[in-house]
Amino acid sequence: MNALYSLLFVFLLVFIPLFGVGLGHLNTIFGVCIPMTAFVIFILGFAYRIFKWGKSPVPFSIPTTGGQQYAYDPETFKQSKWDNPTNGFQTFVRMALEILTFRSLFRNSSASLHEVKGEPVVAYASAKWLWLFALLFHYSFLVIVIRHLRLFLEPIPFFVNGAEFMDGILQIGAPVLYQSDLLIIAGLLFLLFRRLADAKLRYISLVNDYFPLFLIIGIAASGIYMRYYAKVDVIAIKELTMGLATFNFHVPANIDVSFYVHVFLVSVLLAYFPFSKLMHLGGVFLSPTRNMPNDSRIRHHVNPWNDPNIKPHSYEAYEKDFGPMMAEAGLPLDNPENAKGTEEA
Amino acid sequence: MAVPKADELFKSIDYTPPATGWMETPVDFSPGNWCYPAKPEILKSINFPNPREWSPEDEDWKLPPNWRDIVHQGFVERLEKYRSLKLFMDICVRCGACADKCHFFIGSGDPKNMPVLRAELMRSIYRKDFTLAGKILSKLTGSRVMEEDVLKEWFIYFYQCTECRRCSLFCPYGIDTAEVTMMARELLHLCGIGINWIMEPVSNCNRTGNHLGIQPHAFADIVEFMVDDIEEVTGVRVKAPLNEKGHEIIFITPSGDVFADPGIYTFMGYLMLFHYLDLDYTMSTYASEGGNFGLFTSSEMMKKLNAKMYAEANRLGAKWILGGECGHMWRVINQYMDTMNGDNQGPQMITPKNPVTGTVFHNAAATKMVHITEFTSDLMKHGKLNLDPSRNDHLRVTFHDSCNPARAMGLLDEPRYVIKNVCNNFFEMPKGTIREETFCCAGGSGLNTDEIMEIRMRGGLPRGNALRYVQQKHDVNMMACICAIDRATLIPLANYWAPGVEICGTHELVGNALILPGEEQRTMDLRQEPLPGFEDEDDDWTPPNA
Repeated sequence: MNALYSLLFVFLLVFIPLFGVGLGHLNTIFGVCIPMTAFVIFILGFAYRIFKWGKSPVPFSIPTTGGQQYAYDPETFKQSKWDNPTNGFQTFVRMALEILTFRSLFRNSSASLHEVKGEPVVAYASAKWLWLFALLFHYSFLVIVIRHLRLFLEPIPFFVNGAEFMDGILQIGAPVLYQSDLLIIAGLLFLLFRRLADAKLRYISLVNDYFPLFLIIGIAASGIYMRYYAKVDVIAIKELTMGLATFNFHVPANIDVSFYVHVFLVSVLLAYFPFSKLMHLGGVFLSPTRNMPNDSRIRHHVNPWNDPNIKPHSYEAYEKDFGPMMAEAGLPLDNPENAKGTEEA
Repeated sequence: MAVPKADELFKSIDYTPPATGWMETPVDFSPGNWCYPAKPEILKSINFPNPREWSPEDEDWKLPPNWRDIVHQGFVERLEKYRSLKLFMDICVRCGACADKCHFFIGSGDPKNMPVLRAELMRSIYRKDFTLAGKILSKLTGSRVMEEDVLKEWFIYFYQCTECRRCSLFCPYGIDTAEVTMMARELLHLCGIGINWIMEPVSNCNRTGNHLGIQPHAFADIVEFMVDDIEEVTGVRVKAPLNEKGHEIIFITPSGDVFADPGIYTFMGYLMLFHYLDLDYTMSTYASEGGNFGLFTSSEMMKKLNAKMYAEANRLGAKWILGGECGHMWRVINQYMDTMNGDNQGPQMITPKNPVTGTVFHNAAATKMVHITEFTSDLMKHGKLNLDPSRNDHLRVTFHDSCNPARAMGLLDEPRYVIKNVCNNFFEMPKGTIREETFCCAGGSGLNTDEIMEIRMRGGLPRGNALRYVQQKHDVNMMACICAIDRATLIPLANYWAPGVEICGTHELVGNALILPGEEQRTMDLRQEPLPGFEDEDDDWTPPNA
């Protein structure tokens, strides 16, 4: 049901620019106003969310340790540096591996129950599909974003040309097929399929999960349609996008309506992004179980709200309480008076 | 609420979620599904709010009239105090990688035991109270209004999480359900909802110095009994100093080691080791608890209980602290102690240095506290111990990594080093169930209580099944661990899933192997069971038909 709602909602979103531009001729609104507004929302919203997280302190050092600690004798007990870091550099590497290679997801396994010769068996199998397709999706998305920079920059930086060249290196078809286009669709469809096919996942999935998937599928599909089928006028589009980048707004005529659909969906994504789970992009950098070294036994970690007024039940009170018994058991007393007990007092 | 037989229970596990959505699926409040609530006099003794008699089975939980406001304000406060909470409420993408990593889910199939859904129980309220989308598109975005049913559901499911952090290892964003559970439990406490199995130890620990409420004279007696038993086995009378001033080291271990079988054998191992070394140390009855059930209650209570360690080290003039085998105790020491109470270290405290080998424990420079397996492995490495591992030859040993030393510290190889030095037969359980991926005993975070035995046995399936594997493959008959809760909880777990395997602490094995100067020939181990070759000693009984 949640999937269906999300799909319908994305369809609805497609119709808005179709009507708005196709019938209403609101080219400026859809070509300039909406994308600019969405971009501003994205930037401000993203910054606001990061700021809001950052405002709360990290009172305790709580890394999840994924391997051998830094021992008193590191030669005998070899530290697992990237999974149980103790200094800034090791932690940086741990974070880099997490963010660039999805290391935790790479650990993924799946548990299953079996009966072997009448005995219960819990088996754990490696399950790397989610890791693989998540990686495909995210890297394809990154390459696509880099490729799109050519529309906003003049002269075009070398890495944009480089990404574009590599992405089309197989030289299939005309216009040249970008592998990232195929891979992002493959990644998205897998993520969607997984969500629908696995009963456990279906059970926990919300509109918040399906909507971004369908939205990004819509963006990818409209982009592919523009490039390979509608063969839109890229020169005209670059005029428009350069206008956006330089605040020198200009909307050339004769841009296919599919472009406006694409831009509108991207605008929705940008505006939705800061208020959604997609903020894991920013959040992962702040995750205290990953971005902290396991060094709170070695160095002092400060809790800004640590309350110095919290004191233990004092030894004096304890001795007063149990003095007579302690004396009888031959335990030393700080105050010999306590041996008498407090009954009389 | 008899627990079903193991194979029946196993067959009953079904991973198919119910037909109704999780917000509509009612919670089962029949006995066996919850831990007994904290008694009012216990809550009063530690000044916790809303002490009263109540039962989870009742319709009316006797909440304070303004409980909604209390929970909301408490939530606001904690979002401001903990970045972890704020972040973990926001960034989950519900990828489900955590789902089958939780021992309670693996053993129950209850979707609310998937870490992601456990956290959603709280996120749904967060979204409603603190996000715009949640306020307007309630149902679609998985938000809901805080009702009594929700609070009750929290009580059930946040006391079906052992804060073992296995899920956080697999989460691509490191979302730690233990953090969520801790916050949920704090919010429940604000309304006077807690369990007796946690709050009574907290109260005891505060006043008498240990969870079990053993008073100082009784504590001294018990230690004396153990000294007697050691003499019985070895012929050597070891010293066991208590509350003495002017020693270099104060030794603190969980009180479970003093009180309960088989922890006592571990405790005997400590005493024998210290006697062997003629260690300049003392123990304390005031700080006679290494464990800290405050960790399962609130950050304030955790700090208050932990503060005794430095306070007592200062009073007795100890230079550093040696800590015994305990799981969550070491999470507190490694991740919280210095932050909370480091300011209270006296000037006499120094970076720990092993007086026998001269090794300086730089990795404990801030806390001034060393784990006993670090200490012992250092002695072994320097050849300072005279050991006869063959005295453990009747044992075929495996090692259970306790959750907290594994995933909140990384103490993985030190205990193995100790065991391998004192045992000739050591076998690892399968990959994926040990080291950082270890499975919980299903009784951690204060859930080691008997009224939820079926839940514990279900949650114990992954550990029990891995144990069963090495039992069948390698004839393993002993599972060693470094946790006092494990030493209590793994016994019923092993009896249930791998009958015939016993549980011991690592230093029980050390005690068996350690050759004390002047000792008599050993004919039995610390459990006073005959060693191989001495089975017939003092035994007039002959088998029938022999």
